[in-house]
Amino acid sequence: MKLKTLAAGIALSMGATVMSFNAMAAEDTIKVGVLHSLSGTMAISETTLKDTVLMMIEEQNKKGGLLGKKLEPVVVDPASNWPLFAEKTRELITKEGVDVIFGCWTSVSRKSVLPVIEELNGLMFYPVQYEGEESSKNVFYTGAAPNQQAVPAVDYLMNELGVERWVLAGTDYVYPRTTNKILEAYLKSKGVAEEDIMINYTPFGHSDWQSIVSDVKKFGSAGKKTAVVSTINGDANVPFYKELGNQGISSEDIPVVAFSVGEEELSGIDTKPLVGHLAAWNYFQSVDNEANEEFIEKWKAYTSDERVTNDPMEATYIGFNMWANAVTQAGTTEVDAVGQAMIGQKSPNLTGGMAVMNKNHHLSKPVLIGEIQGDGQFEVVWETESIVMGDAWSDYLPGSKDLIADWTDPVKCGNYNTKTKTCSGQNY
Amino acid sequence: MRHLFAIMSVCLALFSVSVQANEQTTNESSISPNSAALIAQLAEVKLSKTLPVLEQLEAVGGAELLPLFTTLLEGKLYYVKASKQIVAVEKKGSDYLVSDLFSAQLLGAMKKKEIKKIRVNNKLRVFLRQAIARLQIKSPEPEKRLIAIKALYGSLTDSTIDTLKKVYPDETNLEVKEAIELAFALYESKSPLAEKRLAAVNGLAESLENEARNSLTYLVENDSDKKVQMAAGAALKKINERIEFYDFVDQLFFGLSLGSVLLLAAIGLAITFGVMGVINMAHGEMIMLGAYTTYVVQLLMPDAIEYSLLVAVPAAFVVSGLVGILIERGVIRFLHGRPLETLLATFGISLILQQLVRTVFSPLNRQVESPLWMSGSLEINPVLSLTLNRLYILAFALLVFGLLLIILRKTSLGLNVRAVSQNRSMAKAMGIRTDWVDAMTFGLGSGIAGIAGVALSQLTNVGPNLGQSYIIDSFMVVVFGGVGNLWGTLVAAFSLGVANKFLEPVTGAVLASILVLVFIILFIQKKPKGLFPQKGRAAE
Repeated sequence: MKLKTLAAGIALSMGATVMSFNAMAAEDTIKVGVLHSLSGTMAISETTLKDTVLMMIEEQNKKGGLLGKKLEPVVVDPASNWPLFAEKTRELITKEGVDVIFGCWTSVSRKSVLPVIEELNGLMFYPVQYEGEESSKNVFYTGAAPNQQAVPAVDYLMNELGVERWVLAGTDYVYPRTTNKILEAYLKSKGVAEEDIMINYTPFGHSDWQSIVSDVKKFGSAGKKTAVVSTINGDANVPFYKELGNQGISSEDIPVVAFSVGEEELSGIDTKPLVGHLAAWNYFQSVDNEANEEFIEKWKAYTSDERVTNDPMEATYIGFNMWANAVTQAGTTEVDAVGQAMIGQKSPNLTGGMAVMNKNHHLSKPVLIGEIQGDGQFEVVWETESIVMGDAWSDYLPGSKDLIADWTDPVKCGNYNTKTKTCSGQNY
Repeated sequence: MRHLFAIMSVCLALFSVSVQANEQTTNESSISPNSAALIAQLAEVKLSKTLPVLEQLEAVGGAELLPLFTTLLEGKLYYVKASKQIVAVEKKGSDYLVSDLFSAQLLGAMKKKEIKKIRVNNKLRVFLRQAIARLQIKSPEPEKRLIAIKALYGSLTDSTIDTLKKVYPDETNLEVKEAIELAFALYESKSPLAEKRLAAVNGLAESLENEARNSLTYLVENDSDKKVQMAAGAALKKINERIEFYDFVDQLFFGLSLGSVLLLAAIGLAITFGVMGVINMAHGEMIMLGAYTTYVVQLLMPDAIEYSLLVAVPAAFVVSGLVGILIERGVIRFLHGRPLETLLATFGISLILQQLVRTVFSPLNRQVESPLWMSGSLEINPVLSLTLNRLYILAFALLVFGLLLIILRKTSLGLNVRAVSQNRSMAKAMGIRTDWVDAMTFGLGSGIAGIAGVALSQLTNVGPNLGQSYIIDSFMVVVFGGVGNLWGTLVAAFSLGVANKFLEPVTGAVLASILVLVFIILFIQKKPKGLFPQKGRAAE
């Protein structure tokens, strides 16, 4: 009897997560692959993006689809399992024959997809802020590169708040390590001394922040204004901020600027002790703009009233719109033609202005800095005057200083060395 | 400088005239037309231009501005879009209760669209905090005076010192008096006269405050007078010695507190794994259920968050305990004596429970609020403060441990449990219902895991993955301490916690946990039965 209920429970939960869209299969459609984890640790962030793509597809279909055909989503679940991302990509392209994929969140999942998507000449839109140092012919990066998020944030702290000592705290994996390397080089180029930079890494899901926060407190008590630049990932932020609050460190004493904390992450936290801490993004839900209001309204109607919007969603929104325009312009969904039509494509940001797709497959977007408010939203306190072009290869790292990415003729290379005038041939 | 002087004199004048009146009701007439005009500007200026307006306000106004500054600091200052009137707003549910800023009179509820918030950023907050401090130097409450003076350490000006000098002779509170003396010393340490600086060093030598240390460091590095430099160096050395000691205490506390978390997480497992010998991979999910129970309890009593934990503890015990009994009766009892199958089955159960929680509560983390009495820290001195939530959890863990010990030693259930775990067939022959005892033991272990969940909900995320992050640690503690020995679990939890926290500053968090793990592996090689192995026939 109990086993039966258990079995029913399994069936129920499986049914809820593994969505099947087979019923929608029509005669002639444009297939859109959605490659976001719907289970496992990343489900918390990625499920939202899956819903965003589905909403965009539904809307596009209401407008009559593309090239006279309906769009058909093909949703797969790579289950936060990095090698599975590669398998699912292969399945999407060869078995399902999708024309484009929207997907990935973590850098390691993207790295796992790269060889497959290049081998099969697929097309992917990657919507999350990342560490840069990459440009693939088959991927368009609609999230922020370090120079569109980390570097402006540091500039803000240095110029507006007069910060002189820096704590670079991050989770121990590729994004924080690369970003911190860039930031360290950048800070040193601005004349910050070695002993004024403290770098700290913690494991995924770290929950005991006592000694680290107390170290930060000590580091910040030397009389110079101190700030924490946090690349701490996802979940681990909650206990980190809680500990800050409990040890009595307020945002006025030691502000924390985070690159991975958005509205979605804050929705699970009591934000009252965090008021005044900062985040740098290209989008905030609180931005007062008509396009944004419309988007939020649609999103809430599509999901539920309590859901929030965030930066990767805007990146998905821009990516999808650009892709739709590029397909219309190219008159086909063929990857090379769409890829060429993508470059120079313009699409409105939700925060106002136009995002532009550059030759290096990265976007030009505005950079905003917001302060956390008591209601879990951000208040924009600073923004760049114009849009900032995403830099695939950082100018501050010795290995990538001379590299550029340019996918137009005659260069057509993701890592072209401007000094030796060669394409290293390494694709990712 | 002149500004500040003006502020102070205006302050003083206002204070002497109407301290009493201000305390009761700040009637509108006390707001000068000048201030009123400036306040009205707040509704119109941009965020970047707010600071000058506030500075002017402070210059022309006095203590009557306190409600304005505090409301602004708390982010509750709004203006009504239609009338541009500046008001204080309290959010209650979806309603916004608007009240007059100065008389605190309720003006009624408004919609979000009718009002607009006056924005503040960190710069403004810093200014506001100091402005409030300047206004509160003469507050009748000693705590407020103390906070005010401490807030001004970093920005001591001639006029502030003048005010402090005036209030010093009448100050009766010892702590406030000391704080003022330190402020004088800090101020004098920048004096152009070497004797004054030397005297200041003596004043600073006793203090553990940051600013004192920084001033001394500055004197050591930059002072032109050898004598002052030497004195400052000696004072600094003494202070640093004291700080080192407090650092040690701090770290010990961190270690004990991590140990208490480990103890809470592991102690339930010490019963199900240690006493019953069931490798329960779903133990972490029992903790998770306890944490979610806390969340549900808070949902049910939104107006009494302060007491919610007191309700959550028994509730979580019951919920997790019942689920535990269900698992024991439904699955584990059929797998008795087959550890591998039990391991797989309980692992499956843990996955099912996680997915169940995902379906019911969504994969997003849930927000569990901390009651006020658990937030903040107990400040012993400026360099040593113990966070309250950790202190409570440490005490709570020891309490749970004690209770469990009493249950196992002094109750008939405990007697039966011990009998069954020592010799199942003999116990059965003596008429003990081993089935029932098994279910109860498993329920007890799971229930305690649930209680641990309540405590953990105060420290970490309440989400479907909560349990997974503690299951490995729990097993580690139980194995290290010696299976089947509660005291072993206690010692193991605290020693692992302390070792981890003393390693962390040296090696970093990642390496510290690796080192601890390596140590345990080596230790188990040498002593496979843990710190306190069971002896005698029961051990087989």
